[in-house]
Amino acid sequence: MNFVALRMLTGDRAKYLGLVFAIAFSTFLLENQTSIFAGIMGRTGNQITDVSEAEVWVMDPQTVYFEETKALKDTDLNRVRGVSGVQWAVRLLKGGPVARTPAGKFSQCVVLGLDDATLVGAPRKMILGDWQRLREPDSVVIDKAGYFLLFPGEPLEIGRTLELNDHLVRIVGISDAKPGFVSFPILHARYSSAVNFQGRERSQMSFVVVRPQAGVTPEELCQRITAKTGLRARTSHDFRWDCIRYYLANTGIPVNFGITIAIALIVGTVVAGQTFYLFTVENLKQFGALKAIGVTNGRLMGMILLQAFTVGAIGYSLGTGMAAAFFEVTGQQTATRGLILMWESAALTGACIFFVVIVASLLSIRRVLVLEPAAVFR
Amino acid sequence: MNPSFQPEPAVQCRAVRKHFGDGDARIEVLRGVEFSAALGGMTFLVGPSGCGKTTLISVIAGLLDASGGEVHLFGENIAQLPSAERINFRRKNLGFVFQQYNLLPALTAAENAAVPLLAAGVQRREAVDRARALLVKLGLEKRADALPSKLSGGQQQRVALARALVHEPRLIVCDEPTAALDHQTGEAVMELLAASAVHPDRAVIVVTHDNRVFHFAETIAHMDDGQIIKIESAAAVLAARF
Repeated sequence: MNFVALRMLTGDRAKYLGLVFAIAFSTFLLENQTSIFAGIMGRTGNQITDVSEAEVWVMDPQTVYFEETKALKDTDLNRVRGVSGVQWAVRLLKGGPVARTPAGKFSQCVVLGLDDATLVGAPRKMILGDWQRLREPDSVVIDKAGYFLLFPGEPLEIGRTLELNDHLVRIVGISDAKPGFVSFPILHARYSSAVNFQGRERSQMSFVVVRPQAGVTPEELCQRITAKTGLRARTSHDFRWDCIRYYLANTGIPVNFGITIAIALIVGTVVAGQTFYLFTVENLKQFGALKAIGVTNGRLMGMILLQAFTVGAIGYSLGTGMAAAFFEVTGQQTATRGLILMWESAALTGACIFFVVIVASLLSIRRVLVLEPAAVFR
Repeated sequence: MNPSFQPEPAVQCRAVRKHFGDGDARIEVLRGVEFSAALGGMTFLVGPSGCGKTTLISVIAGLLDASGGEVHLFGENIAQLPSAERINFRRKNLGFVFQQYNLLPALTAAENAAVPLLAAGVQRREAVDRARALLVKLGLEKRADALPSKLSGGQQQRVALARALVHEPRLIVCDEPTAALDHQTGEAVMELLAASAVHPDRAVIVVTHDNRVFHFAETIAHMDDGQIIKIESAAAVLAARF
């Protein structure tokens, strides 16, 4: 009887397509919004994960997330180095000066000042040039998106200059740094250079990034650093989640995305549920005839579930294809680079669509189960 | 053959009662119906609208439970069968022809006719082939792949007839099979029904208002106010009329 169920489903083209597209657009919206939301939230901690060599971040106890820091004292670096279990610890500056091009274009930037000796935190993915050239005087590495923001329409090339707080610097490399929460250019420089890009604050060290010795876990080292120095120490993973949680708690982003996701879910459920219900109601006479002929309630239930899951699977596949195409296109744009269709989002959406299909089926199944087969004679 | 041999009737109703609702809303639709239908012929059930004909065939077919009395189909008291067995019994032994055909609009004529076989678990190809062969016998060989919407009323009723016959049931129940057809088409459908459905091992019950087709009946049971008031042979009915 499976083919009968499928033919009944596809026989009414308008309703069939209505059902498929209701689920497809619901899927597209859900996957699109959840992936973008997760992608944007993930961006809040991208600079942390880009410093792949360090496993522990030490900061002022008042510092909550990456973008807003209270400077540490220079002596804090040595205090951290003195904690047992530290393999190495280096300073990191995070600043936000304004960069100007010779053409007059300007933009606020994120500057990461790296330890002069080790260059820990230098971008490992380079598109042009070499991060080792940061050892040259007054040199910076800029990310590709930032380059295009400051030099729109111009080819990628090293050797161009920027003015940062009255300091002329030369671009020695173009990196593929992960985008941050804000779309500012990301500059990497030596710490000793970067401090000059900032204002005249006495203390400028934002973070100390640390690598634990072999056999010491990052969590264990965090506890030791906090106990011994009174500073806040977080593993890279935890600090990244601190940033995400900060934006979740202190911005309207979750509410905005949440509303869209809820509407997609409600509209998808209502439209698909109602259309499927109407489809069943209009076929009640046929279901009654099948009952009279001797098709069992269990078989009819199976037919309805097959119809619902077929529509669900086709709609979900179509919607996922649309979402994949969307991210394929937008992933190549500078502003939306790095936003991808996440498998977790696709799985979560699949579960939601499963829920929609179950709700739609249950309403219809109920009508068919209570249908008196004798109604077929009326 | 022993002339005194009386075969067991295919359908035997004894004091069948059926009511709907309770209290003040209670309606007695069947009031102790005594009815039987023999193998090898067509038994017509006739009477005015609302007299209980449709309820009676619903009870006979096991689609409704009687409120009282007994219904035996081929010696089996169907009220005593568990629900699943009753459905199974109906699937194997009964064929239906409905007034409004009730064909599935998305299936072709052959696929519609094959539905009882599919419900019984026969493979799709075999079921459709068997249905197609039956449609050929019913004169629909060129319309076997047409959808119901492309068939005339008479053709649709022939497809419904094929659906009722395809699994070779022992009882065929027809509800007003000619009501939606003009006289000529109705006559043709009844001729087909008589030629293809009537069989020594099969009983046919036809509910009808259409006295122009009474001559196809062996027996006519007249019903009124929830009871069988008279049973007579078709010959007697026709003789009285003319």
